[in-house]
Amino acid sequence: MKQKGIKKPLTVEQQIKRRNFLSFGVFGLLGATAYGGWRWLYNAPAETPGVTAGARLPLRRALNKTELFFRRLVFNETHLVKTYPVEMATKNVRHNEDIGAEGEIDAGAWRLEVIKKDGSRLNVSLPEIQALPKTDLVFDFKCVEGWDQIQHWGGVRFIDFINHFGLQEEIKMDYVGLMTPDKGYYVGLDTSSAIHPQTLLAYEMNGKPLPTQHGKPLRLIIPVKYGIKNLKRIGTITFSNQRPPDYWAEHGYDYYSGL
Amino acid sequence: MKAIKEKHSLVMRWTHWVNFPLLGIMIWSGLLIYWANDVYTVTIFGHTFVRFFPEWFYNLLHIPHHLSEGMAFHFLFMWFFTLNGIFYVLYTIISGDWRELWPQKKSFKEAWAVMLHDLHIRKTAPPQGKYNAAQRIAYSAIIIMGLGSVLTGLAIYKPVQINWLLWVMGGYHMARIWHFVLTLGYLFFFLIHIVQVILAGWNNFRSVVSGFEVIEESSPIKTNEAERN
Repeated sequence: MKQKGIKKPLTVEQQIKRRNFLSFGVFGLLGATAYGGWRWLYNAPAETPGVTAGARLPLRRALNKTELFFRRLVFNETHLVKTYPVEMATKNVRHNEDIGAEGEIDAGAWRLEVIKKDGSRLNVSLPEIQALPKTDLVFDFKCVEGWDQIQHWGGVRFIDFINHFGLQEEIKMDYVGLMTPDKGYYVGLDTSSAIHPQTLLAYEMNGKPLPTQHGKPLRLIIPVKYGIKNLKRIGTITFSNQRPPDYWAEHGYDYYSGL
Repeated sequence: MKAIKEKHSLVMRWTHWVNFPLLGIMIWSGLLIYWANDVYTVTIFGHTFVRFFPEWFYNLLHIPHHLSEGMAFHFLFMWFFTLNGIFYVLYTIISGDWRELWPQKKSFKEAWAVMLHDLHIRKTAPPQGKYNAAQRIAYSAIIIMGLGSVLTGLAIYKPVQINWLLWVMGGYHMARIWHFVLTLGYLFFFLIHIVQVILAGWNNFRSVVSGFEVIEESSPIKTNEAERN
């Protein structure tokens, strides 16, 4: 304990009292500040609804910063998801939601619409997609809720589709957006995840055409993202340098949702 | 005569108390995530002994399933939890305090005697420094548990990009189970810790806030006694 001037040294009793007062005072003050900080955060206003919505503003900022941190640190297109022998794939593929993919759809009349950079549109039929080289993928599908399942999907790799239809200019842009025909469900993807070598435009599940509730006639399988990004029944594909709208990011979830 | 004896450094106290609410927030937000898919049970030979959150629990407490909220809090506070842990470990290494914390060879044998003493089965406890053998093991274990939570959490968070870590954890399923089991471990630790703090008394508790203990200086035997906690 520092002594200033010619003050009488404190007795041990006085020192104990003084130090108790100081340390518990600071302890209480910091505790109150921490509690205040917590109340502030817990009651923080929600973000202004835009491409993302539904989260507290400071938490959304943290989600976005954390995303950038991990993208720069560990994202690499050559990191592949583990694949499994086809016998390990489940026969009862779990089904969670039908948003944007309710009811039957006529696969013959269906066209995939790709909106190019110059605004022109490409309309692709299912047989045209099936004519491209097929890729099968058996991997551990992960849901944001916490369950996972080894599933077997077949289709054309997204990057093969891009190359075949001459969309190289389009994937120089930062984001890819996908939407159901009724615009009820939509996802935004960073282009590097979309062109990951295991990202599929899938038209088969367990070797058979997609059932309605799993996204007939064409769905996205993107193993570097949680299930919420694996859009069922793709209607439109767009490209942009701004984040496209994303259904679950508008409900408070992380936009990136990358694995 | 009373005297002041310095016990815990400012950094030790600060990281300890910061960790307390941090861990609380991590457990709470982790539960919000877990409740989205509440599947864990303790099942041995087909008989389920424990289901962590039975249906009546949700009905009674009107537990919300706020998955997105839980994730947002979890992914912010994981930074503070991790940084606080790194800061504490670095401090103990640089200051040399690890010497009185890390278990010694004899600690594992002695911890048993300490436990028997705590349970009033044995009269004497082995001699000790700042921490007794059981404390050395418990306080080191909790740091390793913290490291385990951060690593298993990271493995679940980026299972594709950091897949070697997932492999070390024994796969996605195992990593999630480890992460969950560690949380149960904290709750167990907390319970024992609180009981011990109450038993150790005010002087001991105060030292974790103010850093010092009051001892009777006249008798050297008493000094040792006061050091026990």
